Amino acid sequence: MTSTTALPVSFRGVGRAFGTARVLRDVDLDVAAGEIVAILGPSGCGKSTLLRSVSGLDAPSEGAVSIAGTAVGPVDQRCAVAFQEPRLLPWRSVEANVALGLPHGTAKEPGRRRVAELLELTGLADAARRRPREISGGMAQRASLARALAREPGVLVLDEPFGALDALTRLRMQDLLLDVHAAVPTTVILVTHDVDEALVLADHVVLLGTDGDLPGATVRRVVRVPGARPRDRGAPELVDLRAELLAGLGVPAHHTAPSTAQLSHQETA
Amino acid sequence: MTVVATDETGRATPVVSGYGPSFAEQQPPRNERRSPRRLPRGLRIALGAILPLLLLAAWQVATAFVPAYRLPSPASVVLAGVDLAQRGLLGVHVGISVQRVLLGFAIGAAVGLVLGALIGLSRWADVLLSPTISAFRAVPSLAWVPLIVLYIGLQENGKVAIIAIGALFPVFTTVAGALRHVDRHLVEAGRAFGLRGVSLLAQVQLPAVVPAVVSGLRLALAQSWLFLVAAELLGSSMGLGFLLTDSQYNGRLDRLFLTIILLAVFGKATDAVLGVGERALLKRWT
Repeated sequence: MTSTTALPVSFRGVGRAFGTARVLRDVDLDVAAGEIVAILGPSGCGKSTLLRSVSGLDAPSEGAVSIAGTAVGPVDQRCAVAFQEPRLLPWRSVEANVALGLPHGTAKEPGRRRVAELLELTGLADAARRRPREISGGMAQRASLARALAREPGVLVLDEPFGALDALTRLRMQDLLLDVHAAVPTTVILVTHDVDEALVLADHVVLLGTDGDLPGATVRRVVRVPGARPRDRGAPELVDLRAELLAGLGVPAHHTAPSTAQLSHQETA
Repeated sequence: MTVVATDETGRATPVVSGYGPSFAEQQPPRNERRSPRRLPRGLRIALGAILPLLLLAAWQVATAFVPAYRLPSPASVVLAGVDLAQRGLLGVHVGISVQRVLLGFAIGAAVGLVLGALIGLSRWADVLLSPTISAFRAVPSLAWVPLIVLYIGLQENGKVAIIAIGALFPVFTTVAGALRHVDRHLVEAGRAFGLRGVSLLAQVQLPAVVPAVVSGLRLALAQSWLFLVAAELLGSSMGLGFLLTDSQYNGRLDRLFLTIILLAVFGKATDAVLGVGERALLKRWT
């Protein structure tokens, strides 16, 4: 349990319907071990549902999700999740909240060391004894990330982890995530509605959305993001890609220029 | 334009100050319970004492115009207390009443906790039991008293049973309600980190309802005093309720006043003990 092995994830024909409302259909996707994949889509398009099927918090109605070749179980312990809200237990200290993420059966002393390490990594060492209500939203979100990392997950699942943070804090958290990924290169699947965030963080951006008249969202595009991380947030090739992705989301980018902006769909999911 | 300064980011920076105010929406206000305009403690006590002292003065003044068999003077009430104490009766009456309240409260609260937990946590128990229990709850609890008198008698057990019924429902209702409304997000987070069944209950659901349980207990304690008086009024040879009826028959208004004041004092005192516990818990819990 010293180091994490990144695990690959694959989606085969994944669909999900709640009653008669179809949310997802025919999702086929492969995520390589150790890569960062951002799932992008208009709000309400089923991004979070897709993500929940990775951690086993939700099961697809059709198809299957597998991690390293074996099907995802109910609440799969190879995954660790960080949610949009920190969801820290208010009666526990930051330290004890992070410890909740430790794999079951972790011995006391190694567990304590691991938590201290993670608090250091996320810049929370000074806040270890404080309670969630005594720290800022950014710190709480870092604690939530640390809790997920404590699991030493094969797949780190992040559901709009920085969505509720202010712009400046969001940028810092993105850098922190990249630091963490550089130090412990686990597979990361994150959902976001922020195109820039996807472009800065991800190896691949998956654009989710409805296609034509068929109900339910599916994978509309998978885009490889060029350039090694850390990326220049203003790099020209990203500017074009951003316009393209925004167009794919049905938002005109007001970006005069080039070439590739060829995603014609204008629907809002 | 480049903002990608990996080295000086989150890692080393305890960026506390920069995170501050913009989180106001997501963070509960830090000093929720401590308003900035709160008065110093001594002043609060002094201000709170004004009205009782005025009432006491008014009482004293009124005794000059009202005959003593209608309104005893404050001094005579104190004397009645001293007299009872000297005869060793005050301790007996107070002691037996406190014992009944505590016993009945403990039993009722325990049963209420168990029932509440059962119904709050298990969908089956909820579906099967809830309608029945709410029907029982719709009966004003004092209506059970004659039945209990017939079944158990009004001996010690009957009195404790009456108080237990009074204490049961507030605890049951708050616990069941609170467990049903535990933040789903927290429960899901617990599940995501592998907590299930008993460990989920112990680590997430129960701690989450602790504040609600404590406020349910305070309600139940107040009810217990209410039911104590009811039980003792009906028939007893000891206790504060007996002192009330006894004084009524003998026309001892000084003792009546004394008993009412004692009930207020003991009711408030036991509540204050729970209140201190509640504050300590909330400090730790939220």
